[in-house]
Amino acid sequence: MSTDTNAAHAHGHHHGDGHAHGTFSSYMLGFVLSVVLTAVPFWLVMSGTLPSKQITALVIMAFAIVQIVVHMIYFLHMNAASENGWTLMALIFTIVMVVIALSGSLWVMSHLNSNMMPMHQMSGMK
Amino acid sequence: MTVAVHPSQTGEPVFYLADEHPHPEGWSTSLGFWIYLMSDCLIFAILFATYGVLGGNYAAGPAPKDLFDLNLVAVNTSMLLLSSITYGFAMLTMQQNKVAQTQAWLAITGLFGLAFIGIELFEFAHMIHEGATPQRSAFLSAFFTLVGTHGLHVSCGLIWLVTLMVQVRKFGLIEANRRRLMCLSMFWHFLDVVWIGVFTFVYLLGVLR
Repeated sequence: MSTDTNAAHAHGHHHGDGHAHGTFSSYMLGFVLSVVLTAVPFWLVMSGTLPSKQITALVIMAFAIVQIVVHMIYFLHMNAASENGWTLMALIFTIVMVVIALSGSLWVMSHLNSNMMPMHQMSGMK
Repeated sequence: MTVAVHPSQTGEPVFYLADEHPHPEGWSTSLGFWIYLMSDCLIFAILFATYGVLGGNYAAGPAPKDLFDLNLVAVNTSMLLLSSITYGFAMLTMQQNKVAQTQAWLAITGLFGLAFIGIELFEFAHMIHEGATPQRSAFLSAFFTLVGTHGLHVSCGLIWLVTLMVQVRKFGLIEANRRRLMCLSMFWHFLDVVWIGVFTFVYLLGVLR
């Protein structure tokens, strides 16, 4: 990644590093990694190699997270230096919001679901 | 603005706000566009949360297992992934000032994007033909909203891509066009990131369930 940051320094204005550019090798590396990280989860689900569904689910979620990080670094050129760190700041803020919104919704709604009175009991309560 | 500290002749520091110096046009565009993408990310997060909550409510209708064809999704995913790398090549040739090659890579990216949209519309048409319409169940409403919103973004990206190809043809790789191409590059790669979430959480986990 050092060549990327050098390129960013050369291109950037004196405000900061501006937006970093990729190189051919960094794009290809990102592409190969994404192909592998996409192909393996599809293969795992379609072939059912792993013993249980829970393990398969956890593994493909881990693959998704790794692939998102790969895309962020190699395609979106995220690094701590671009725009004096403000892009990373905005990203971290968004991740916090997304995690709260997602985990909060799923948690609250599943509890609400399991605490609801089942339909057959409700019909007996007239 | 920066607070500058200058020692005065008496030796005491003087605090003042330095005047804003002139900025070149578009110097803040990439940060602004990034913040737009982050707000877009929140839209998708809410749609993912909705799908996560409602994804199991089939209303005695079809479940993901009955509807999703993983082979088709794999082809679709590869289309988007290929369009991502070809857009990367367009950016690399743009940096080398090769107008014709940049245009060619942009055109290839557009074709892959078009193939993605085509396959998705084919999938939707197939599902609707089988009676799996958005009105059928909460699962299908959430599915069409989430995947449809992503498809709509890709369609808008395609319109933007064609617009920029016309711009580059008319004005060449001027500074403004480079900036626009960089914004579209961020948009395009961002949509690929969202698609990772879609194929993992909607399609793969849906079939697994």
